[in-house]
Amino acid sequence: MPPAVQFTQVSRQFGEVKAVDQVSIDIQDGEFFSMLGPSGSGKTTCLRLIAGFEQPSAGSIRIHGLEAAGLPPYQRDVNTVFQDYALFPHMNVLDNVAYGLKVKGVARAERLQRAEQALEMVALGGYGSRKPVQLSGGQRQRVALARALVNRPRVLLLDEPLGALDLKLREQMQGELKRLQRQLGITFIFVTHDQSEALSMSDRVAVFNKGRIEQVDTPRNLYMKPATAFVAEFVGTSNVLRGELASQLVGDARPFSIRPEHIRFALGERGASDVEVSGLLHDIQYQGAATRYEIRLDNGQHLSLSQANSQWGDGPASHQPGQRVTARWAREAMVALSEGV
Amino acid sequence: MSLTLDATAPEARHGALRGLSNLLYRKPTLYLSLLLVPPLLWFGAIYLGSLLTLLWQGFYTFDDFTMTVTPSLTWANFAALFTPANFDIIQRTVLMAVAVSIASAALAFPIAYYMARYTSGKTKAFFYIAVMLPMWASYIVKAYAWTLLLAKGGVAMWFVQHLGLEPLLNLLLSVPGVGGNTLSTSNLGRFLVFVYIWLPFMILPIQASLERLPPSLLQASADLGAQPRQTFMQVILPLSVPGIAAGSIFTFSLTLGDFIVPSLVGPPGYFIGGMVYAQQGAIGNMPMAAAFTLVPIVLIAVYLSIVKRLGAFDAL
Amino acid sequence: MHSEKASWGLKLAAWGGLVFLHFPILIIFLYAFNTEDAAFSFPPQGFTLHWFSVAFARQDVLDAVTLSVKIAALATLIAMVLGTLAAVALYRRDFFGKESISLMLILPIALPGIITGIALLSAFKTLGIEPGFMTIVVGHATFCVVIVYNNVIARFRRTSHSLIEASMDLGADGWQTFRYVILPNLGSALLAGGMLAFALSFDEIIVTTFTAGHERTLPIWLLNQLGRPRDVPVTNVVAMLVMLVTMLPILGAYYLTKGGEGVAGSGK
Repeated sequence: MPPAVQFTQVSRQFGEVKAVDQVSIDIQDGEFFSMLGPSGSGKTTCLRLIAGFEQPSAGSIRIHGLEAAGLPPYQRDVNTVFQDYALFPHMNVLDNVAYGLKVKGVARAERLQRAEQALEMVALGGYGSRKPVQLSGGQRQRVALARALVNRPRVLLLDEPLGALDLKLREQMQGELKRLQRQLGITFIFVTHDQSEALSMSDRVAVFNKGRIEQVDTPRNLYMKPATAFVAEFVGTSNVLRGELASQLVGDARPFSIRPEHIRFALGERGASDVEVSGLLHDIQYQGAATRYEIRLDNGQHLSLSQANSQWGDGPASHQPGQRVTARWAREAMVALSEGV
Repeated sequence: MSLTLDATAPEARHGALRGLSNLLYRKPTLYLSLLLVPPLLWFGAIYLGSLLTLLWQGFYTFDDFTMTVTPSLTWANFAALFTPANFDIIQRTVLMAVAVSIASAALAFPIAYYMARYTSGKTKAFFYIAVMLPMWASYIVKAYAWTLLLAKGGVAMWFVQHLGLEPLLNLLLSVPGVGGNTLSTSNLGRFLVFVYIWLPFMILPIQASLERLPPSLLQASADLGAQPRQTFMQVILPLSVPGIAAGSIFTFSLTLGDFIVPSLVGPPGYFIGGMVYAQQGAIGNMPMAAAFTLVPIVLIAVYLSIVKRLGAFDAL
Repeated sequence: MHSEKASWGLKLAAWGGLVFLHFPILIIFLYAFNTEDAAFSFPPQGFTLHWFSVAFARQDVLDAVTLSVKIAALATLIAMVLGTLAAVALYRRDFFGKESISLMLILPIALPGIITGIALLSAFKTLGIEPGFMTIVVGHATFCVVIVYNNVIARFRRTSHSLIEASMDLGADGWQTFRYVILPNLGSALLAGGMLAFALSFDEIIVTTFTAGHERTLPIWLLNQLGRPRDVPVTNVVAMLVMLVTMLPILGAYYLTKGGEGVAGSGK
């Protein structure tokens, strides 16, 4: 079975700017795949290339094995949930949802019935006669979802669909989207700049930076084994140790990543595989579940250390800013990075 | 969220229209050209073509004796623009256009300022429509209304008499260059009509530029210790200059080309527009008329290059 | 909105300005019902509808009205097609020469009417075309295009482009997208632009005096009437009607485009 979407050496240039630069990915059928990256990293352009709103300057895009070059959006078996939802303001909700069926020539009675079913699927049954402006942001988002899904696309593209929602609603929708995807069994391609969103929902995540892909992996691997310094710092927080310090600690000049929560204050016996550095504690941030300590190392580098706040905790009281401290972590917790893009 | 979606294979549309749609999708340049060809053809062939024909005719020779035009090329028509008689016409027109622009700006500013800063909601909409209506109301009827107003025994005189302003009016009418025998044959009368007709074109750009001033800017000025008058002089007025400049493009250009109002109100003596009309019509000297149309084109080009520096184009 | 109140002087200047703008228009309305048949004395002597029946019985008035309506309708139609095409082509796209094209569209109303008028006339003469109905239409359509263009492009800019993409994404081709999404969203802006273009054409006199030949549109008829003091009552009635025909579209356009862009094309 061919991949749902396959990019081979795809580039997209706008004038001098390379929005997408030689990207190759295989997205499997039925996968929840996220494209993660800062704004301007090329993730949205990739989505638009799949939808057919943009044409690649070079390379090939196949959708279910079919070359997509030259295929207009209306001849692709993919549908999109837009960032601004793009609900037609002059149609009511039911007509919005039935639109795709209408332009494909599905008879009126049938398309309205199917649209109503789709609305029920997103828990908006009975809202069909309202106009989009009468709905809340979350409801519009569901209508946009129903409007795309009623066409039974094999691939659903979601362009930061949760960006405009507030935090609670966003978390709720994350769960619903994930469940929907499992039940329908179709491919979801989800664009976001929110790394926690990407990690919590996806089967696999592609991390974009400057038009290129830094790493494609499962959320767990992205976090535990970041391939590049960019991934290490963009996905979660990380200390990237470079140059002299790295070679001094592990005898290897490559950059290394070490997560703040994998570092602790040196206490008791030093293990065989432990490494230690000392520096000046210059800031303590209480973050609820954890406390973050910022240490300025003797060679000038910064190190973040994070400690879970246990119920009985020794607490931050034992450390004061300005104090000299020694941080310790296991050598195995360090991940060697390549320079990436 | 329950799942009961029927899958029906979408019925594909075929046919020539779909084919064309696909073709235009694949070739955006072709699509763009198809859209642009009709308007470009119309404007290129009809409008620009006409303008070039006109300018070209400015080089033709007009024989005063036989009253005929021969296509032998000459600079004579353009040179003739600088004869004292013709130069007088140009000067008269330009002075009026400048005076009208200044007066319009002075009258328009308080209206625009009030609209932008002291009205909102319904009152603002009311003001907006109240300015748009006279702007769009028939030009010729507005001009006609003023001939009624200014006529002997007309409305203006009635008001002047009942308010006891006759001595003042007579004083004004006795000023050389401004006055005349009556209001309707004086430059003052003509000036009034021009200001009236083009005033709305000045109000709206100024209002738009004042509307764009963020209130926080004025609060900042007050916060920094400026008196309201200082805020007005230092902040509001300078920032409304682009609006005034944009409005003056209309008042200047429209006055410059008008020939109906000068023929209805004011003392004898051509304006540029009237001269063009007379040259091509009664006299039949199209080359001279063509040469004369170059004057407003050049003047407006110069004017535009000046106001562009004042930011007028951003305020249009 | 503002804490401080407008000073009396400013209020007076603003409201006084409005009165100045509307007074001559009121005078026209007033005189249309005046009983007198020659002078324009003030205040009017009495109220009558008599002159309306006189005016509507005059063949020259009816002919001029018919001609102006026909011309305005045809010019508006051409302007709507050309203006919409140009707006669809120019919004959201950047290409070499785009600025020049939009400048060219504005030129016929930015330059004084005499220039457009005499340029067209000289071209018609050069080509041996006799001025008449069609030459008037050509002139009017040329300066009406920008009015439609401005209204349509303003609506386009206000309409999210993703609506068009959403339509294509849901399976609609270019034609279906135009029919079901673009046109319904554009409709009122197009109508507003059309109404304004109609008003502009109906009232135009400067370009028309050059391109009309022997035809007499309503504004030209009015201009000729000014030399006929004995016919003043009929002139007054017609003047009021022309005033209405040119003013009502602005109200219509205002309500059609309410909520954002205002009435585009404030350059008449």
